[in-house]
Amino acid sequence: MDKRTNIDQLIEQFKSLPGGLMPLLHAVKHDVGYIPDDSVEQIAKGFNLSRAEVHGVISFYHDFNTSPTGQHCVQICRAEACQSMGSRQIEAHAKKSLGIEYGETTKDGKVTLQPVYCLGNCACSPSIRIDDDIHARVSAASFDQLMAELRSPATTHAGGKK
Amino acid sequence: MSMTFFIPQDTTALALGSDSVALTMASELKERGVEGGIIRNGSRGMFWLEPLLEVEIDGSRLGFGPVKSSDMPSILDSLNSRTKNTKSLNHPLFLGEVNEIDYLARQQRLTFNRAGVGDPLCIENYQRLSGFVGLTHAIKLKGQEIVDQIKDSGLRGRGGAAFPAGIKWQTVLDTVGEQKYIVCNADEGDSGTFADRLLMEADPYQLIEGMAIAGLAVGANQGYIYLRSEYPVAHKILNQAIERATEAGFLGENICSSGSDFFLEVRLGAGAYICGEETSLLESLEGKRGMVRAKPPLPAIEGLFGKPTVVNNVLTLGAVASILEQGSKTYKDFGMGRSRGTLAVQLAGNVKRGGVIELAFGVTLREVVEGFGCGTYSGRPIRAIQMGGPLGAFLPESQWDTPLDYESFAAIKAMIGHGGIVVFDDTVDMAAQARFAMEFCAVESCGKCTPCRIGATRGVEVIDRIVQNEDRDNNLILLTDLCDTMEFGSLCAMGGMTPFPVRSALAYFAEDFGGESPREN
Repeated sequence: MDKRTNIDQLIEQFKSLPGGLMPLLHAVKHDVGYIPDDSVEQIAKGFNLSRAEVHGVISFYHDFNTSPTGQHCVQICRAEACQSMGSRQIEAHAKKSLGIEYGETTKDGKVTLQPVYCLGNCACSPSIRIDDDIHARVSAASFDQLMAELRSPATTHAGGKK
Repeated sequence: MSMTFFIPQDTTALALGSDSVALTMASELKERGVEGGIIRNGSRGMFWLEPLLEVEIDGSRLGFGPVKSSDMPSILDSLNSRTKNTKSLNHPLFLGEVNEIDYLARQQRLTFNRAGVGDPLCIENYQRLSGFVGLTHAIKLKGQEIVDQIKDSGLRGRGGAAFPAGIKWQTVLDTVGEQKYIVCNADEGDSGTFADRLLMEADPYQLIEGMAIAGLAVGANQGYIYLRSEYPVAHKILNQAIERATEAGFLGENICSSGSDFFLEVRLGAGAYICGEETSLLESLEGKRGMVRAKPPLPAIEGLFGKPTVVNNVLTLGAVASILEQGSKTYKDFGMGRSRGTLAVQLAGNVKRGGVIELAFGVTLREVVEGFGCGTYSGRPIRAIQMGGPLGAFLPESQWDTPLDYESFAAIKAMIGHGGIVVFDDTVDMAAQARFAMEFCAVESCGKCTPCRIGATRGVEVIDRIVQNEDRDNNLILLTDLCDTMEFGSLCAMGGMTPFPVRSALAYFAEDFGGESPREN
């Protein structure tokens, strides 16, 4: 099934739900991996909104990326509790060891690095999230190990993006 | 000898490897031919002991923690060699009877009394522990009588603003409308807070029960839980709990044969901190940008889709269930001054024993951090404590004897907020923390108010100039002036309170900003 038909079906599913635009965008992101720019018009039509309104909603929320991410999303918590346990160092180490900045994807297409503000795991900081899995008390060494597991061709990480 | 093992499945335990512990335990039990089941419970909230393995044996709940998969064989050996009816076991990770662990035994758990006891999704277990008793009581009462109980209890909103819940409910009850809503604010975005998450993951039916009671009280038949997308485990558990509660007749049409309907749905946020502000949350629920609304109109009168709406935090609604179960007086008997009941303190950051600590209002910050936390994780001295999330003040040691009570904290220009305590050791750079407060505001501002939208970005620049000793005196005046503008010129707490951490860092930790002591505002 192509991307467009798929999105059409999702629009059909969510358009009459009160406040259905957010659940729709989550569903599109889940199925496609991002919110394609060319879906804005399609969504606007389905929800009887202007393209500006739909674009406004997509661009407001950090979760709704408009370009494809790598195979796995790695989020590093930047909030205060994690900072108190050295997350600034983890952040610097992650950027350096992966060779990318926030919002970028590694050359092998495996890992996209993103900031996140609190994963609610603040008693066992610093925390990172890999797809839907949260990891506690992360050190530079354990970060490297987690990345090696993600990037090794043999492993397919549960919860990975399609 | 029959044994039941409990291995938590909340976010923190999972993040520390509890799934692999459970797998290893299952295969060890099978290999040894031991009779015993494994229940995946919620956490007790003693996160420093996670993964905490509990064993139910001869009517006792014995704990081991924090455990690793590789500890399973030796733990089973020690259980095997146990003499009947003794509570002592020879194992380095043995903790004794779980309820007697001082961290838990010294708490006053009203809202979290079920957390970690059993499978969070098992309705029978919930009912066995007095679950849905509050709802059963509520069904026999008129809406006004339920609202009166909440008023009498003295319950104030646990999200941070501490507004009396009963008064909010009264407004919704008194507002005429065919359609009303109950909205649960589960957008727990403050760093250092995780009590909402723990309740949703360890005792989700309590939230469901509280929301159904709220629906009966004000005449609302639809509820929404607005959950942050950073909580994938809670999302899964809540959806399953709603499904099971609906099947069991506690949600949906004609709940518990009361003649009233209550439908409940989880809606996911999308990574915007500002959506924890109630009007921004309502905009987001409506499928819009999470822009803060001006008040009035109050959400209680014109809330979700313009209809009268109760917006309450997870813990407020959780407390409702216990108030209706045990009576408003029992609840009110806890606490001090105008802060009644219990507060779920969340001890986080650089702390040795972090977790959820439910206590009556009135205990001091020092008693929590030293008595429960036992100092820093790093072993270094504590230098600063941030209370109440990213918009809360940084407190130096001279302020740690302040009792946890909404009014006492307001008096020192600080706030309890949602009860999060983040501990920093003496390696912290407070100028960097002040800068981060402004940076965070710049990233997360909804953009509606100029002082917040522009002020936060300018704040980062001004702090940078102060630290670099560039025209220092004038830049300090400018920063104070900017903080005033943000505080008095922003609609909501985001812009209005970002100055709190900045001002407090500057006032109490001036040495980190370079130069001599700057003026205090």
